[in-house]
Amino acid sequence: MALVLNEEQRMLRDAARDFLTQRAPVSHLRQIRDSGNELGFSRELWDEIVEMGWTAILVPEEHGGLGYGYTGLGLLLEESGRTLTPSPLLGTALTGAAALILGGSPEQCAEVLPEVAAGQRILALACDETTLHQPERNSSQAVAAGDGYRLNGGKTAVMDGAAADTFIVSAATGQGISLFLVPAKANGVTVQPYPALDISIAAAVTFKDVELPATALLGALGEGQALLDRVLDIARIGASAELLGIAQEAFERTMNYLRERKQFGVLIGSFQALQHRAAQLHAEIEMCKSVVLKALQMLDEGAVDNAELASLAKAKLSTTAHKAACEAIQMHGGIGMTDEFDIGFFLKRCRILETLYGDRNFHLDRYARLRGY
Amino acid sequence: MNQPEDFRQAVREWLEDNCPESMRSPLPSEAEACWGGRNFEFYSEDQRLWLERMAERGWTAPTWPTEYGGGGLNREEEKILKEELARIHARQPLISFGISMLGPALLKFGSEELKQQHLPPIVRGEIRWAQGYSEPNAGSDLASLQARCEDRGDHFILNGSKVWTSYGDLGDWMFCLVRTDIEAPKHKGISFVMFDMATPGVSTRPIRLISGKSPFTETIFDDVRVEKDQVIGTLNQGWTVAKYLLTHEREMIAGSGVSSAGTMSVSKTATKTIGTDNGVLRNTPLRADIARYEIDERCLELTIERARDEVKAGVSLGAAASMFKYYGTELNMRRQELLMAIGGNDALVWEGDASKDGDTPRQWLRSKGNSIEGGTSEIQLNIVAKHILGLPG
Ligand SMILES: Cc1cc2nc3c(=O)[nH]c(=O)nc-3n(C[C@H](O)[C@H](O)[C@H](O)COP(=O)(O)OP(=O)(O)OC[C@H]3O[C@@H](n4cnc5c(N)ncnc54)[C@H](O)[C@@H]3O)c2cc1C
Repeated sequence: MALVLNEEQRMLRDAARDFLTQRAPVSHLRQIRDSGNELGFSRELWDEIVEMGWTAILVPEEHGGLGYGYTGLGLLLEESGRTLTPSPLLGTALTGAAALILGGSPEQCAEVLPEVAAGQRILALACDETTLHQPERNSSQAVAAGDGYRLNGGKTAVMDGAAADTFIVSAATGQGISLFLVPAKANGVTVQPYPALDISIAAAVTFKDVELPATALLGALGEGQALLDRVLDIARIGASAELLGIAQEAFERTMNYLRERKQFGVLIGSFQALQHRAAQLHAEIEMCKSVVLKALQMLDEGAVDNAELASLAKAKLSTTAHKAACEAIQMHGGIGMTDEFDIGFFLKRCRILETLYGDRNFHLDRYARLRGY
Repeated sequence: MNQPEDFRQAVREWLEDNCPESMRSPLPSEAEACWGGRNFEFYSEDQRLWLERMAERGWTAPTWPTEYGGGGLNREEEKILKEELARIHARQPLISFGISMLGPALLKFGSEELKQQHLPPIVRGEIRWAQGYSEPNAGSDLASLQARCEDRGDHFILNGSKVWTSYGDLGDWMFCLVRTDIEAPKHKGISFVMFDMATPGVSTRPIRLISGKSPFTETIFDDVRVEKDQVIGTLNQGWTVAKYLLTHEREMIAGSGVSSAGTMSVSKTATKTIGTDNGVLRNTPLRADIARYEIDERCLELTIERARDEVKAGVSLGAAASMFKYYGTELNMRRQELLMAIGGNDALVWEGDASKDGDTPRQWLRSKGNSIEGGTSEIQLNIVAKHILGLPG
């Protein structure tokens, strides 16, 4: 597949950009924060996003979706990175939907996916127990009880934790890890939401003697680690796409500033110290575009093992977007440090996505391991 | 033949029959590369055959039109040919400034006569070209060059000197930037000329590099006759041709950032030399540096692929060549630094078996020139800042 967008994908991207810059620019995020919103995003905007069909993109047609694929959804995530639009798009439309598509039984898919497509069900992957991402460290347990399972344990840093209708939970089942669909409202589930630094609301979730029916099991019993890894890799690629949007937007805003701000009687963009850093960053961002597109295309081609590309993308994007956000503040000078000015929001959202499902060090290590060193 | 897969199959079969066995492995050393030219001595009969057969099909210059001896391939076919060559680890049949630099400029700006005269011998590797751009006082500020061609009616007379001429002593012909109007502003009085280096008055003096080799020279012109029909483009408008050629030179240099097919990867070299514990390289800081490097190398590879696909879709590369030149050379320099770190004491041997007569340190030292030749890294960043990012100044 050629490493370029086709006509249809370009149109989708342009439509997304129009929609987001009109309906959910960065001022929307500021307004959500200042209004003390308890979900971390606006339900009204979410309805509009659903209306646009974005939650249906990955969902197969037989379950009420568009079956349009990963590259398309990646473009939407990239565009929402540019506008820092808060929504459960990444967690639900990509990660959650992918978990069902890859691991769900026909019955589970028929029940959950139409609701995902219709924006009526918010999914949240709950797999981390330690403060640094180590998905194989798991102390939550699900033991056989009656016809189903009894779940005990807890998860931290669950994205969209306050809004989630269903958690996708990893738990030990004697013979390895399994994944479960756990309703947020089930008895014994406690959700403790907290605002994260980018205004999103994450949560710590605990499970105390939660009774689950046999149909809650996602994928084969004891084989959840492989499924979890595949789902995580897709989520990492999605996060990379969003980081790509953040990096580009922060960079472009900074270039605009360099072309208009004057000091010493000249535009600051004429200073070579800034020009060279800008040019280096431009090169890094070009590298990022290629990796993200390649990774999304691999998903669309149905590749099963995306571990190497996912870690490559996440390591590269975490590094570059971080750099772009920091340089954006530095090159704006004092105004870049003010809450009143928008550029700081980019660094905050960037930090969340950088950390999500493994930061650059995690993925550097994983990449080396996958490559045999 | 219109199906890409038919083409691939045909290429594969042809290579099977025509690529000599000994040409299907990475070059053991730079010294064995095939540069062609009047005085070139082939390293082996296979090397000669390989060049001859590839040149016969025009595949030494795959995308050039067939009427000038080229392969007449489109971009997609070129990509397939490259992939098939890489698949069997085939050596490059010919390394040539004629192909990577002069050819594209001739094709774009040259007269029909000049194309007919110069392109076919380039494809066949019969004439080796040298680049006469830099002068002692005109490096980054290339347009301030002073070598001068005086009009003598039916010909020019050239005086002055060039410096850092790569393989100047081995060149058969030179393409050269000269001043033809001393009154005009510096960019407006330059012409792009070509002449045979065997012409009386051309002399070269080798300059030794820190890597111990001397592949470049100072080149002196003392009343050298240059024919008037050997000007590419319009007289005094040579700067346009010069810049166009530079973008091709930079694209070529950028490719050095990606390891060539069949060479051992940096991480493999490291695990072999240093060893692993539970599959993890025994030196963790080095391991992280290698991982960062290999990630960036893959990124560059993908970005080159994306740029080619975009060019195919109708977008022009333009100033992006500077970005690729910058990124590719910085990467190759990182690779050489890593290989030195991995090599330890063995990499300090200048003559002897431990490092193949200093192959590792010599390549490392030579790589320091990557960010200078073809325009320095700083100049590339200036170009990106001004022409891609639109920054002022
Ligand atoms: C291995 C090798 C092979 C070469 N082969 C050839 C060849 O075949 N033919 C040929 O014609 N030339 C060749 N060159 C010459 C090469 O193109 C020049 O060396 C190069 O353009 C730099 O010019 P200079 O050496 O005069 O350095 P200078 O221009 O004097 O630069 C010195 C330093 O100043 C910096 N600098 C200069 N101007 C600026 C600016 N505006 N902004 C910021 N920094 C600046 C440079 O980046 C550099 O760091 C070769 C060079 C090398 C190293």
